[in-house]
Amino acid sequence: MNNIKDVILQYVIDEYLEDPDEEISFDTPLISGGIVDSFSMVSLKRFLETTYKIQLPDERATPEAFDDVNSIAELVEEFIASN
Amino acid sequence: MAYSNKVRGIYQDTLNSIEEAGLFKTERIIFSSQAASIEVEFPVGAPKKKVINMCANNYLGLSSHPDVIAAAHKGLDTHGYGMSSVRFICGTQDIHKELEKKVTEFLGTEDTILFPSCMDANAGVFEAILTDEDVMISDRLVHASIIDGIRLAPAMRDTFKHQNMEHLEQKLKMHADKRLKVVITDGVFSMDGDTAKLDEMVVLCEKYDAMLFLDDSHASGFIGKTGRGTHEKCGVMGKIDIITTTFGKALGGASGGCVSGRKEIVEMCRQKARPYLFSNTIAPVVVSGVLNVLDTLSKSTERRDKLEKNSNYWRKGLLDAGFVLQPGDTPIIPVMLFNAKLAQNFSRDLYEEGIYAIGFFFPVVPNGAARIRTQISAAHEIHHLDKALKAFIKIGKKHNILGKTKKEIVDMYGL
Repeated sequence: MNNIKDVILQYVIDEYLEDPDEEISFDTPLISGGIVDSFSMVSLKRFLETTYKIQLPDERATPEAFDDVNSIAELVEEFIASN
Repeated sequence: MAYSNKVRGIYQDTLNSIEEAGLFKTERIIFSSQAASIEVEFPVGAPKKKVINMCANNYLGLSSHPDVIAAAHKGLDTHGYGMSSVRFICGTQDIHKELEKKVTEFLGTEDTILFPSCMDANAGVFEAILTDEDVMISDRLVHASIIDGIRLAPAMRDTFKHQNMEHLEQKLKMHADKRLKVVITDGVFSMDGDTAKLDEMVVLCEKYDAMLFLDDSHASGFIGKTGRGTHEKCGVMGKIDIITTTFGKALGGASGGCVSGRKEIVEMCRQKARPYLFSNTIAPVVVSGVLNVLDTLSKSTERRDKLEKNSNYWRKGLLDAGFVLQPGDTPIIPVMLFNAKLAQNFSRDLYEEGIYAIGFFFPVVPNGAARIRTQISAAHEIHHLDKALKAFIKIGKKHNILGKTKKEIVDMYGL
């Protein structure tokens, strides 16, 4: 689980942060905090699906579920387990 | 009548919160035609004042040019005022077809379709040409109208970091399985005045089999050696698949826009683009004016050459005076102030000095990136620019920002 969190956190840093000095953690609000907008959420979803070979249905890939690394990792874990 | 006090209260509360957040927009009333020098009443009820306009999209100074006005008058006489119909019922005149042909020639594309505005062109094009099997990959700083157009389309949406070609390539690889891929960019980005790297984008799009979409609204008529746009400047004319642009800025400044590009894409818009299908096209009087503008620009580069000279003069003057500018080489020259309140005060002080230039701050630009966006015109004479520069320096001294770095300004005023 920690490893998944680290991978997701690193992806978010590389993909979305414009300022290299900005620091975020597992519980930083991503969507409600304005770091990830709804357009850019798509690439995060695609990244998770291809990296972990899962399919996240749109009704589960909500802005709430994607709002911090902790909750994204929980969702990914759930779908890996049900695979 | 169900417009109860409850309904009124909901809207009043929302409007109040917009005002409290400092985001309430008010119009400044202009009592003259659009020009380098205009007569303005601001705030409402204040005496009218003659000011130098430093914030219009009147890049080529054609908004009130006598030849354009004469052509518009003539068009009004020969083709009437309105069409009272959409294009495919009885709203297409010979001059609409003529303008589509002229724009195609001017931009060096295969075909063109007119829209009531470029906002409409951007709103309609993606939905008309893409399905849920496709993907749109846009620069993160594209214009709001493109974002709206993307929202209306059923295709997958993704973005790449502003002007970051490495990131774009990653995204093209990631979406390799999609049926159609469209890379979307502005030609000149309106808030910063920087120019898209179209030459590199064309190479990437060819490599990964993607189409390239360009909104050239802040470029058509004056960017590139003969003013054809960003694609001319970058040496990729004929290689952009979809260009949208406006007639509401450099090309006469009235209204109207178009989608120009590959003929199948234009035809798809004619069949399916909703703003084209369900609203009247550009009024004959405006079409006649734009036709005159394109004729003039096709014959001579005098106006775009003057604009380039003016822009260089203005940029150098500001840099020599010690202002922090966004780098670039277009007539959009943002003077960076970083702090929103400072930008508002600076704009107000300039107005007192007879200079009309607006402060931009969040959410129009990112937090901590407030600025006065200046826009140069071929209608400006050197004496206008000298007067404006004198005022900028006076107000710059007042706020103690001349010769200061970004860090020093931020330390003084905060973000």
